[in-house]
Amino acid sequence: MKRTVYRELNLSPGLLLILGLLGLVVAAGLGAAWYMEYYGHVVTGMNNQIVWGLPHVFAIFLIVAASGVLNVASLASVFNRALYKPMARLSGLLAISLLAGGLAVLVLDLGRPDRLIVAMTHFNFKSIFAWNIFLYTGFFVIVAAYLFTQMGRGFGRFVRPAGWVAFVWRLALTTGTGSIFGWLVAREAYDAAIMAPLFIAMSLSFGLAVFILFTLRSCALSGREFGQDLLLRLGRLLGLFIAAVLYFTAVQHLTALYASEHRGVEGFLLFGDSIYTTMFWTGQVLIGGVVPLVLVTLPTHGVSRVAIKLASTLVIVGGFVQVYVIVIGGQVYPLALFPGMEVSSSFQDGVIAGYQPSLPEFLLGMGGVALALAIAVIGMKTLRFLPESLGDEAVDLQPEPRTGAVT
Amino acid sequence: MAKRIFILLVLAVAVSLWPPSEPQAGDLLLAKVTVPKPAKGKGERCVDDTDFMRRNHMNLLDHQRDETVHSGDRTKRYSLKRCIDCHAVNGEDGAPVTADNPKHFCRTCHDYAAVRVDCFQCHASRPAPGGTAERSVGKSDVAALQSYLRELQQ
Amino acid sequence: MTTRRQFLRNTGAFTATLTGGATLIAFAETQAKSDTGGRKTRWGLLIDVARCPDGCSTCVSACSEENGWGDTGNRLTDAQWIRKVMVTDPQSKLSRSLPVMCQHCAEPPCVDVCPTGASFKRADGIVLVDKHICIGCRYCMMACPYKARSFIHEPLQDQKSHAPRGKGTVESCTLCVHRVDLGRLPACVEACAAAGHDAMLFGDINDPESEISKRIAQHPVRKIRADLGTDPGVSYENL
Repeated sequence: MKRTVYRELNLSPGLLLILGLLGLVVAAGLGAAWYMEYYGHVVTGMNNQIVWGLPHVFAIFLIVAASGVLNVASLASVFNRALYKPMARLSGLLAISLLAGGLAVLVLDLGRPDRLIVAMTHFNFKSIFAWNIFLYTGFFVIVAAYLFTQMGRGFGRFVRPAGWVAFVWRLALTTGTGSIFGWLVAREAYDAAIMAPLFIAMSLSFGLAVFILFTLRSCALSGREFGQDLLLRLGRLLGLFIAAVLYFTAVQHLTALYASEHRGVEGFLLFGDSIYTTMFWTGQVLIGGVVPLVLVTLPTHGVSRVAIKLASTLVIVGGFVQVYVIVIGGQVYPLALFPGMEVSSSFQDGVIAGYQPSLPEFLLGMGGVALALAIAVIGMKTLRFLPESLGDEAVDLQPEPRTGAVT
Repeated sequence: MAKRIFILLVLAVAVSLWPPSEPQAGDLLLAKVTVPKPAKGKGERCVDDTDFMRRNHMNLLDHQRDETVHSGDRTKRYSLKRCIDCHAVNGEDGAPVTADNPKHFCRTCHDYAAVRVDCFQCHASRPAPGGTAERSVGKSDVAALQSYLRELQQ
Repeated sequence: MTTRRQFLRNTGAFTATLTGGATLIAFAETQAKSDTGGRKTRWGLLIDVARCPDGCSTCVSACSEENGWGDTGNRLTDAQWIRKVMVTDPQSKLSRSLPVMCQHCAEPPCVDVCPTGASFKRADGIVLVDKHICIGCRYCMMACPYKARSFIHEPLQDQKSHAPRGKGTVESCTLCVHRVDLGRLPACVEACAAAGHDAMLFGDINDPESEISKRIAQHPVRKIRADLGTDPGVSYENL
């Protein structure tokens, strides 16, 4: 077992510049939230048909990625893979930051963000949303405790149990996020149990992609090494997760296509002439799935750092598109008030709704991303999260065992 | 030693001369801000003692709001509607002012106490034009009910 | 509750004195009984689609007038508590026009999903939003199979005092709860009758003796998306 030395980031001009830029974006996001709150949601692209818009896409992406990013730590603590141990702290920090960023967007997009205290004092325990409030706050507490067992002196024996709790909790959290959609009986595009495992697969994939890019960038900026073999291992793991997302997506849509009841909405999403069809095939499947999968599974010696970085970037882009297709695409398709009948009204019944995201929505979402990154950077600056080196000679590159699941 | 005593002396003098911050701030405030004199409402007296209302109106309204929304309690004694009707303050144009105007009954005290209420994001802050907000059963209602009942009979 | 009961009794007696006649007294008694008896009241509507003319929107304008919502020029974000929906059979091209509003379900999905409990069902079956604790998350709008709910996208002023509504909260048909509590009819039902169509019937669907229950027992009725098991309080006849 090699000893890992962790060190804070140095306060370099580059770091200050990054923090300054992130601060600007956070400020822009807050300004956008204030603007939306002051004038009402009429200034956004949302309406009575598209009730959840671009901010929800950002928020859900960040929340899903937050739980997935913790997977690196779980691999170390729960699945005993020593290779991932040096990165476990950073994985926990990033999980907390991404969740904080996502929740900030979600909360600031509420119709009454000033009533957050109401959400914390009035609970309807039949609501999956209310459960999620506990899952999110619990996640903060559990991951913080998990980090404490890793970073505090003399708590080493608690790392494994804490890791287990965090692992189970993050699975519950993503199940909860997926079930927000899975339990919506009213909407044809949702209402499916597969939403929960699909979201878990998405979290693993998006989370790992975010982790790879963030860690590479952090090491590069602070002049620390990141091993080639370590990156290859992460890349292979990413390939597995991408395949899992593609698999669950295929099952999701094939199941829906089989029922003639859902052919309308499936035809619209998969074979229509709307932007959502393009986004699904080009964005989600090709850019977010097939291409990165090929990039990371090419013959090993041919896989370069650039390929894995590119694959991670594409997974994030494609993942964002996937969440967009799920959230927005699922809403634009009209509700079936009278199945089998044609309907029309002054309230957009029976028509495909339009949605044009507005600048404030985008700024609010970006503000959340910047907030997440800023928290992570400040964390790395203040406490010892990042190892002095992630070079191949510094990490435990023992051969991967033949038996036992990787995930 | 002498140095220490000197420092202590300086400190003691400083402390004794240091103006007590709160009364001073209060004096300043009193000089600029006048204690609110909320306008008198309509009628002889309020639905309860003025002193009692000053201290408890928020609890009464809170209780009434839950009773009304959840149990359908439409009694008038402590209803916000009734407060608004009796305590309407007319503006320069002779029409009752909304809560946007600092002269609004609720605002005279709430501004002073720096307590922001969000009642008026949903509730009208002045009586409906052309009559009180509280609408009683009128002739047209009876007529409508009669015609409806006649239809039922057929 | 006592005062409300008293009020209902008074209203009943008042109406009875005005016109006389057995039906009226019976009506008054039904109202009172619905509050005193062990059986729980459940208010509902029966809509006779055959009597609902295509192109007529009297109920919609009556609701808009009563509750103070309406066209502000932003078609996509304006609230619509009740709307006329045209249903056409794709093969026969046969059309029917009917009003759709909150269906006041016995098993309302909006109530299930609301995180704070702002979306709730009253003891008498009326589904409402308690705007004092609505945080504007819009999950109920995602969950409602009838698209009955609207989100208030803009600041408002001078609302109707009996129908408070404000920016950032969700709202829908209240079955004119402020009228029902005083023993009056919902505005849409009243207006429909006044216009001579009589397509809407309001009453206690749990009372087997009520007019609405008798009509439902005698004629085949349909409920929108009955397959979802929400058990709407609104039934449609001749659809």
